[in-house]
Amino acid sequence: MKQQHILSVLVENSPGVLTHISSLLSRRGINISSIAASSTEEPDITRISLVVEVSDYEAWAEILNQLENLIQVTKVIEMTNESPIARELSLIKVKASPDQRAEITNVTDIFRARIVDVHPESMVIELTGESQKVDAFCDLMQRFGIIEIIRTGSVFMSRAPEAAAE
Amino acid sequence: MILSGAQAVVECLKKENVDTVFGYPGGVALPLYDALYNCGIHHILTRHEQGAAHAADGYARSSGRVGVCISTSGPGATNLVTGIATANIDSVPMVCITCQVTTDALGKDSFQEADITGITAPISKHNFMIHTVESLPEVMTEAFYIASTGRPGPVIVDIPKDVLVSKAEFAYPEKPQLKGYKPVYSGDESMIRTVVNVLKQAKKPVFFIGGGVMLSDMADVVLELVNKTGIPVTASMMGLASLDKKHPLHLGMLGMHGTYAANLAVTNCDLLITLGARFDDRVTGAVSKFAPNATIVQFDIDPSEINKIIPTNYCVLADLKWSLPIFTKMVSACDIKPWVDEVLLWKKEHPLRFKEDTANIKPQAVICAVDEAKANDAFVVTDVGQHQMWTAQYAHFGHPRALISSAGLGTMGYGLPAAIGAQAANPEREVWLFSGDGSIMMNCQELATAVEQNLPIKIFILNNQGLGMVRQWQRMFYGKRYSGSKHEVPTNFQLLAEAFGAKGLTVHTKEELKYAVTYAKACKGPILVNVFVEEEENVMPMVPPGTALDQIVE
Repeated sequence: MKQQHILSVLVENSPGVLTHISSLLSRRGINISSIAASSTEEPDITRISLVVEVSDYEAWAEILNQLENLIQVTKVIEMTNESPIARELSLIKVKASPDQRAEITNVTDIFRARIVDVHPESMVIELTGESQKVDAFCDLMQRFGIIEIIRTGSVFMSRAPEAAAE
Repeated sequence: MILSGAQAVVECLKKENVDTVFGYPGGVALPLYDALYNCGIHHILTRHEQGAAHAADGYARSSGRVGVCISTSGPGATNLVTGIATANIDSVPMVCITCQVTTDALGKDSFQEADITGITAPISKHNFMIHTVESLPEVMTEAFYIASTGRPGPVIVDIPKDVLVSKAEFAYPEKPQLKGYKPVYSGDESMIRTVVNVLKQAKKPVFFIGGGVMLSDMADVVLELVNKTGIPVTASMMGLASLDKKHPLHLGMLGMHGTYAANLAVTNCDLLITLGARFDDRVTGAVSKFAPNATIVQFDIDPSEINKIIPTNYCVLADLKWSLPIFTKMVSACDIKPWVDEVLLWKKEHPLRFKEDTANIKPQAVICAVDEAKANDAFVVTDVGQHQMWTAQYAHFGHPRALISSAGLGTMGYGLPAAIGAQAANPEREVWLFSGDGSIMMNCQELATAVEQNLPIKIFILNNQGLGMVRQWQRMFYGKRYSGSKHEVPTNFQLLAEAFGAKGLTVHTKEELKYAVTYAKACKGPILVNVFVEEEENVMPMVPPGTALDQIVE
């Protein structure tokens, strides 16, 4: 059984850091299902939010230790069991003939998504939320015809009053 | 002081007290080689970059200092790769300086360009590419700091040619500041106390020592620990020399070609105290049946070694330099006489042995002949294969760094360049190399280096005219189908040695062997002795792969 793990990895913002992380995971045959990296409240520190699928729990504990061992990694935070706030941003381009627009707009409203661009043949919709919400929205858009989907990958924040790194 | 990047590299090496570097020049390395010219650091030109990497490794293992090798970009750098992986898996401190094409040529498939930082990421402790000459001194300090602290390992520093030639004010930083790297030194003293209490309950304890003991220079403390507690000891190949084999409680090596006593002791023990070892699969046999009744205690510096292979019950996460003296102080003599008697009976009744029942020289006899002749402070270097296991079994090691061998990666071709490194670091001491007719050919070009540097390495080739270990497995597990493992055309190794300007000898008989050992001991330059040995000899005892250690076949 594959299990999903959510990781927040704080790293030095320097070249090669992603190579080190991805080569460590790929060596074990672990697939990264989502990855998002960006700057943090600390200068020079980047946060990499990872969702990976792992089949063996004991191997996973070992991999966390090996990640911690990487020189450029300052902190590895496993967030899987604390149901963190999860969000991803997606842009969805759907086919939108004039007679379909009303219904697309309707669904967009229900999901609290936003229409950010309109073309005579298509619309671009922006949606933020948990991955499942984005999945559900994309499913509904399927019948109009999805031209393109772009998703940022999930980012996570713990609900605790302090920063996750502490 | 305004210096070019290349001059700054040399200054950094001097600040790190580097006296010898191993390398091979090339296009983009020329500025660095110009700075090395007459700089006071001894540069040893190997005949292949792989040789430079292994030589730096042998230098580091024999001296405990950081080994340094230098190469040019592209093929120069990729030729270091096997040497880097070899050092990484055995935790050898090394700094590998690879020169790189100019910054503006990077990523354009330029002449002799290879992404060496990308290539070495999974096989090194860390790597850097230097982008500006201003950051060079800082990166060099970090490289030496990372290589030599915590669990040591190889660090690659990739320097583009334009960085080597641009100039900047040089100042060597004191202590590097690395946010993500805080090597463990001290640990939790209460954990040691817990282990001491666990030990008090144990009826059948065993120590298992690994390379960590040698890396932390704790062999003396281990000896004290063993003498004080009276607990039997086994070792991985990396830890084998950390306790004198003649010590009555030393059971010898553990694992596939370990001793009967060591394998039985670990299988039957109720407490296994592991000191700086990592449970390689050649040591554990079937993991599920490894020390099945034992509480596992692990002293290690690396958190990722805890629970990696064998679930650990108690761990002391710290440098052995910190933990072992405290542990040794806390323990007292163990009341385990029945257990020790049992183990020592196994040791007595099942010694390592071989029969001299053929006209041909037995390979083990070569090891024994050299063992008797060599000085107590000598180094014994090996290549990889049957001769390596026989060396581990039959040679004695007079000091913790005496055995130099590619244990983890099993790199054929390691021996000769590693012996060069060991001899360069220890010019006054004997260096004996055991190799095979397979292994020696993988870096035989380094004979030229040994001759050029007049390094009196004593090379003994255990020549069974094929790939002995491969043939042993084919004999035992593949129905004697000797696929690709016979050298149909023999190489005249004596002539090969002479072609390089070394002394060469050929040995067929026991009398010739005796003469060759005596001659080699006295020889002032490199000497190669090609000993024809019994071809079909197996390394025994053996734990067949994937089985429990007590399934040992003698």
